[in-house]
Amino acid sequence: MMSAIGRIAAKPWIWSFAGALLVWLAAIVFTRGYGAGGMLTAALSLAVFTVVVGVGQMFVITLGPGNVDLSLPANIGLASAVAMTVMDGDDGRVALGLLAALGCGFAVGVVNYLLIRALRIPPIIATLSASFVIQSIDISYGRGLQIKPPPGFADFTNIQLLGIPILAILTVAFTAGAGVVLHRTVYGRSVLAIGQNMRAARLAGIRVGWIRFATYALSGTLGGLDGALLAGYFRGANVDIGNEYLLASIAVVVIGGTSVAGGKANVPGIWGAALFLVLLLTMLNTFGVSAGVRLVLTGLIIVAVITAAGGQKT
Amino acid sequence: MTIPVAASAPAAHGPDRIELRRLLRALLPALSLALVLMAIAWLNPRAISYFGFTLMLNLAIPIALATIAQMFVIAGNDLDLSIGAFVGFVGCVAATWLRETPLVGILVLLGCIAVYAALGALIHLRNLPSIVVTLGMSFVWQGLAILLLPKPGGKAPDWLLAIMGVKPPVVPFPILAALVIAAVAYVGLMRTSYGAILRGSGGNAVAIGRAGWSLLKAKMALFACTGLFGVLSGLALIGITTSADANIGNGYTLLSIAGVILGGGEFVGGRVSPIGAVIGALTLALAASPLLTFMHIPPDWQVAANGAILIVVLAARVLISRKDVER
Repeated sequence: MMSAIGRIAAKPWIWSFAGALLVWLAAIVFTRGYGAGGMLTAALSLAVFTVVVGVGQMFVITLGPGNVDLSLPANIGLASAVAMTVMDGDDGRVALGLLAALGCGFAVGVVNYLLIRALRIPPIIATLSASFVIQSIDISYGRGLQIKPPPGFADFTNIQLLGIPILAILTVAFTAGAGVVLHRTVYGRSVLAIGQNMRAARLAGIRVGWIRFATYALSGTLGGLDGALLAGYFRGANVDIGNEYLLASIAVVVIGGTSVAGGKANVPGIWGAALFLVLLLTMLNTFGVSAGVRLVLTGLIIVAVITAAGGQKT
Repeated sequence: MTIPVAASAPAAHGPDRIELRRLLRALLPALSLALVLMAIAWLNPRAISYFGFTLMLNLAIPIALATIAQMFVIAGNDLDLSIGAFVGFVGCVAATWLRETPLVGILVLLGCIAVYAALGALIHLRNLPSIVVTLGMSFVWQGLAILLLPKPGGKAPDWLLAIMGVKPPVVPFPILAALVIAAVAYVGLMRTSYGAILRGSGGNAVAIGRAGWSLLKAKMALFACTGLFGVLSGLALIGITTSADANIGNGYTLLSIAGVILGGGEFVGGRVSPIGAVIGALTLALAASPLLTFMHIPPDWQVAANGAILIVVLAARVLISRKDVER
């Protein structure tokens, strides 16, 4: 029994779930149990968007130090506009719009990798420069875009099954798939190997270039998907719709137990960390604190959690 | 990771070629600035005047200071994603406390620098990713700024307005300020022995540690310098805009990183250039708004112009290095 507990406690992802549980309990103690279930439903709905980009960011960060995708917010914003334009409020064009958003995200990922490869610059700078350009394209293309999502698509992003959003169920299945890809496929193992030692991975015959290309393309594509889903959920595209996902995508990866030094990834932790972040905001909202206090506390808690969870040996 | 190009200096080439390449690389920031200036002069000759420069480059002073702030953390292989929010917070302090109760204002600003040093210590001691810590801190600074100044307003202290409104003879104030900023940062980081230690802590931390220097102190010093220049940037900004807003510095995070890289800084290995960083900041400040205005390009594309400049300059840098390798 003790060893079982010890085994569970040794899993890095357990702490993010524990944190999520803790803030949820704090919130319902404050409301005396009122709205406990609704809070979880809302948290699951919102966590989905963080988890989707978090998985992409996790693969990128696992590639090793310096690898991070800073273009996600701009990517999400542009994809949301593209999805809404292509769908044009017509239920029959949902699939087409989703494909367009995925394609848009994929293209962003490809551009990111080309910049990294052709300019031989650290991915942080490459994705940053790309995000400047993408952001401008989005501002110019998506400003004043008043297209509502098709009703069927908007409903789909809000459907619940026994209080659990369908989107959350699908995303759980997706993350399970991502876990299998990470640990059981040649691609996933290659990502881990590159993160542990790129030179050794190359000498072992791993096609490092292709794997990195695929990873940035994957992260971009997931950003595109997220943009479309967000536009459906929030009933419309918006240039700023992805802004919060810069911090969120990186934070959930790190809080979830993935090593920033690369080579060690953790999929379940992303869910725990995403729920933790969303519930943290919910808790602060139920406490009725002002926007300023909420920001300060969010920042301090994130730094505190990173401090407690971090400290990887490199 | 990309392999640092400079580290693989080919031994087969004569020292002249390497010198030439280094020179070209070092001149690249200045060349891009000259190019932007030439474009402006061609589009609108009247802009190249005392008055024109004062107007066009006014906002370049806080950008240059923020860029130097960012340069210090980058020299230590870190990244500060909170500098924009921090500049905004300093601006709010300057427009409220610094005017009404100067002593409190000064203490708060000094406290901010101490917080930065503490962040450096935290990042070093717990081996934390600076990106996440500073992203978290950006929420803290932004929240504090909103608490302090919920609505845009406040007023800059008179002495600050007076400093930023100085009209020196012949040389426009922003250019003079840029020269002073570049000189101070250059002497401090490149010409003092402790500056070399600081850069070394980013270049080869193990070697610096073995040589008996405290890496903790170096990291704290680098972050404190970032805090100091961040404070100066916020003050300069408020001296120009006269009132503050919690979101006033938000664009500075990305601008400052772009400025450092544009100025020849490498993201790894403690390779930075203070003079280049200031030139990079000036280039971005000029290209982002006056150049686009003269070219009749809508302001939507301002951010893209920054990105494009960054990409073009980095591409040029690669071309210079590659030519040398291929020869």
